[in-house]
Amino acid sequence: MEFTRRDTLAMGLGAAVLSMVPFRASAAVDAAVEAFTGGADMAATGIELTAPEIAENGNTVPIAVNAPGATAIMVLAAGNPTPGVVTFKFGPLAGSQSASTRIRLAGTQDVVAIAKMADGSFARAASTVKVTIGGCGG
Amino acid sequence: MKFKALTAAAALLIAMPVMSLAEPDDDHLVINGDLEIVTKTAAPAHMEETGIDTIMSGWHFRADETQQLEMDDFDNPGMIFVDQAIDSWNAVEGSAGKSCASCHDDPSSMEGVRAVYPKWNEAAGEVRTIAMQVNDCRTTRMGAEAWKYDGGDMASMEALISVQSRGMPVNVAIDGPVKAVWDQGKELYYTRTGQLDLSCASCHEQNYGNMIRADHLSQGQINGFPTYRLKNAKLNTVHARFKGCIRDTRAETYKPGSDEFVALELYVASRGNGLSVEGPSVRN
Amino acid sequence: MASGVKPRVKVPKSAEAGEVVTIKTLISHKMESGQRKDKDGNVIPRSIINRFTCDFNGQNVVDVELFSAISTNPYFEFEATIPEAGDMKFTWYDDDGSVYEESKSIKVG
Ligand code: HEC
Ligand code: HEC
Repeated sequence: MEFTRRDTLAMGLGAAVLSMVPFRASAAVDAAVEAFTGGADMAATGIELTAPEIAENGNTVPIAVNAPGATAIMVLAAGNPTPGVVTFKFGPLAGSQSASTRIRLAGTQDVVAIAKMADGSFARAASTVKVTIGGCGG
Repeated sequence: MKFKALTAAAALLIAMPVMSLAEPDDDHLVINGDLEIVTKTAAPAHMEETGIDTIMSGWHFRADETQQLEMDDFDNPGMIFVDQAIDSWNAVEGSAGKSCASCHDDPSSMEGVRAVYPKWNEAAGEVRTIAMQVNDCRTTRMGAEAWKYDGGDMASMEALISVQSRGMPVNVAIDGPVKAVWDQGKELYYTRTGQLDLSCASCHEQNYGNMIRADHLSQGQINGFPTYRLKNAKLNTVHARFKGCIRDTRAETYKPGSDEFVALELYVASRGNGLSVEGPSVRN
Repeated sequence: MASGVKPRVKVPKSAEAGEVVTIKTLISHKMESGQRKDKDGNVIPRSIINRFTCDFNGQNVVDVELFSAISTNPYFEFEATIPEAGDMKFTWYDDDGSVYEESKSIKVG
């Protein structure tokens, strides 16, 4: 994916604005969570989300999720234009309920992961990733 | 005079918030668990007057997450393009009905090539980069069209050729017939350009290790090229990177494949003599 | 079919029965997000891989739904249990209807 200077600038500005206002979950995030959990409570333990504190470039940010006993894990990027990132469903031959991937973040924001457990309960973890976009070196 | 260049760069440096200790790190690059890469070594003799005694790969200046992408060929997205280049290596193209493989057999025949380029070509009487050589084979020997100098096909082929020499020390010649071109490249390296009045040296010699805006400045080495950049998610050639750097000083830039960039490539390559060939590497 | 799409998978050639193994997959794909504009200001339509599945001998390992926030050249790493010898099948589904497949056999013992 090639970014034009305008895209980069816009992303940089987005980052600046986001880092000044406190994070507010958008309606789209609420809707995605509601669709996944049906509005159930979410435990604060039982899922691990690994993401860098500072990402060198928002275009490729490595993340990992791990929720032993989960049947599915949904990942959201609360500050992206659309919050959906990925949903993993684990089948009978999954060796663990964990996975890693690389994602795009349009600026500094919270990444949220929600696990649906085999017993129907839910767990949530979130992590703030600061996105620095180098403005130099082409 | 050094002082003046420094102040321009310093203005840029002050403009950005200091985020962390910006020293290059001491990590150790081993690819696939067994391929040792020399990423720090004594500077070659010709760099004595630069004040740099240790040359370092750009890998040291990247965040841990970016560094890790290069430590396993499967994790390195640049390797997809190596796969694609194997296909074009074997593809018959052009009026002579030949592929690269027709004359060069397996890509492994390119072992050692990346380490010594740019290099003098006696028959043509010129300094050639790998890209120039590949296009010469395509046009004069295959009867095929030249690839765009810094386009995707060329970058992928350069990656395939580079992989064959990974781990070998960069060792480009700087004297003999290439001396005049090398001198030209050196002069370009120290020429300040653009509204910001900066030379390559202002950033990559006098300020490496510092943060510039949100980017950690390296020595601007090219042992890792072509580089897969997270920024544009594709392989980037040396000349494309030069172009970007010059543009950032708000100056007019030379064209990829121009005599100026070939000379600059030779000079910058020679500042990495002793580092391992590392490409395709991963950068931000 | 989007051009230049090439899957890569890393799977061990053999495993012990019941062993948990690590799988890595990567596919070259632009993952055009649908949020970018071209030079003339027109939105470039979304074109991504929207689903990825991995099955072993017909039983599911993971079934992944992808959105446009997955990076160019989508990468996944996960673990699979290998109950017996057989074939691991990988399938990527493109927005444009294309399906890309790859398969690897794993020996046991
Ligand atoms: C018809 C035969 C032929 C074909 C086809 C051909 N080459 Fe060559 N290539 C040569 C010869 C001969 C040389 C040595 C040229 C010289 O020294 O001027 C060479 C040299 C090279 C070199 C420099 C090697 C060195 O040791 O310095 C590279 C790199 C190269 N070729 C790449 C390619 C690629 C990539 C292709 C396919 C796109 C290709 N060649 C197709 C004949 C061929
Ligand atoms: C305003 C400062 C600045 C100037 C002037 C500048 N660069 Fe850069 N350059 C950067 C930044 C920032 C980066 C990205 C971080 C890094 O690797 O240093 C970079 C990256 C590079 C890289 C990639 C290094 C790698 O490991 O992949 C090369 C090569 C490079 N520059 C060469 C040059 C050359 C040659 C010149 C002169 C024509 C030049 N630069 C001028 C700031 C500059």
